[in-house]
Amino acid sequence: MTSPLPGGVDCDLHPAVPHLTSLLPYMNEYWRDQVTTRGMTDLVSQSYPTNSPISSRPDWRPAQGKPGADIADLQKQALDRFGVAYGICNPLYGVQMVFSEDMQDAFCRALNDWLAKEWLDKDGRLRGSIVIPTQSVEKSVAEIERCAKDKRFVQVLMLVMGDMPLGKRAYWPIYAAAERLGLTVGVHAGSAYHNPPTSIGWGSYHIEDYVAQATAFQTQLTSVIVEGVFARHPKLKMVMLESGFTWLPAYLWRLHKFWRGIRMETPWVDRAPLEIVRSNIRFSLQPIDAPPDPATLNRLFDHMQSDELLLFSTDYPHWQFDGDEVLPPGLSPDLVRRIMIDNPLATYGRLQAVKETTP
Amino acid sequence: MVRHVIAPVDELPPGTRKFLEIDGRPIAIFNIKGEFFGLLNRCPHQGAALCEGPLIGLAQSSNPGEIEYTKLGEIIRCPWHGWEFDIRTGQSYCDPKRFRARAYPVNVEPGAAVVKGPYVAETIAVTVESDYVVVDL
Repeated sequence: MTSPLPGGVDCDLHPAVPHLTSLLPYMNEYWRDQVTTRGMTDLVSQSYPTNSPISSRPDWRPAQGKPGADIADLQKQALDRFGVAYGICNPLYGVQMVFSEDMQDAFCRALNDWLAKEWLDKDGRLRGSIVIPTQSVEKSVAEIERCAKDKRFVQVLMLVMGDMPLGKRAYWPIYAAAERLGLTVGVHAGSAYHNPPTSIGWGSYHIEDYVAQATAFQTQLTSVIVEGVFARHPKLKMVMLESGFTWLPAYLWRLHKFWRGIRMETPWVDRAPLEIVRSNIRFSLQPIDAPPDPATLNRLFDHMQSDELLLFSTDYPHWQFDGDEVLPPGLSPDLVRRIMIDNPLATYGRLQAVKETTP
Repeated sequence: MVRHVIAPVDELPPGTRKFLEIDGRPIAIFNIKGEFFGLLNRCPHQGAALCEGPLIGLAQSSNPGEIEYTKLGEIIRCPWHGWEFDIRTGQSYCDPKRFRARAYPVNVEPGAAVVKGPYVAETIAVTVESDYVVVDL
């Protein structure tokens, strides 16, 4: 086992909204009445069905309620257990599934305020991601600007399977706002279910959705690279969360190969895709889709040609590892320090903003 | 370096290319709008007959969506994998540091000079009245 270093950054924690009614105090009267009088149900996404094994490690599953809903559990099982200095909260509540942009906006605002009040206020180590109503780019930008005044928000959060490919220029005002305000754009596994969760249509089983996340990440990476997001926003960092990363060398080889032959289609891609990944894209550590063999994993790291790409994550409370084996065996102490401390601090420019501005 | 006489100028009007083998090397000579260029007809990537590909322009962009299209007809695109090479320099555009096509200087010389030599005229009969396309290998 590789021991975690104290003082790290856990870049992927999932505090759970207990129920849609938990957000009522953060909605205005109109939306509060709408939720109540319509009898709206809880927004549980099929990306993470509550009782699915992936949704919670068995020893992290509470006797009652949703995994990850209790801050004391998160502190004890994740923050304290792995000795981190910061933990970034990425709420995966199903607000993206809503089709009305007005309702989605109201729910996102409530979710972000709920996160600040019920989590960030209660533990100084916690930082937040801004969940945005992506069906309206205008409302998304407004929500980013509203939340960014709170320096504890370090990231904008989008789902890997939303409404459109993420490179599409309609989304660029979101990226401009993030770049301007020093926020990363986190892209997390999960679907808004506005499109089939695989590129070949609707499957039959949960395993099809979950395995397909990795191909969705690849397709999104291709989209943001070839559409030129980073030619326009060279300082923007995008973080692929719960994406896996062992597929990266083979995927990049393929993208690079085809880019070399049809470069003239997208001439704003003026350097090899792998160079863009190295400068602008990061990946959370968990899940690691590789055998627990140090030699195999270290060969993979060689193929990735960079020790700056990975950011420490537990993916709490999702079940990606057992016991304390959050780091794969065979990592060098230098790589552990990069993954746990150096890389997250370099990626999330706002992480230390609060510490620096408050005495 | 040996100077080879390729053809009388009249035989290579603008827009044409001529393929030939000199000392075992496959060479292509292009006339682009009256300017002559020579390239080794072998792609540095995987050895395709590079010079059989189409001549296109160079697409560049400093702002996504806005394309600046220059060097019209001066970029040869390999027929196998589509890589682009600058016909003037042989430079590739997908990996300029590692891949370059072999380019040769091509000039037009008057027959009087060609007759004096030193030139290798291959199988071409040279007369003082004509101008000739000459490649340096």
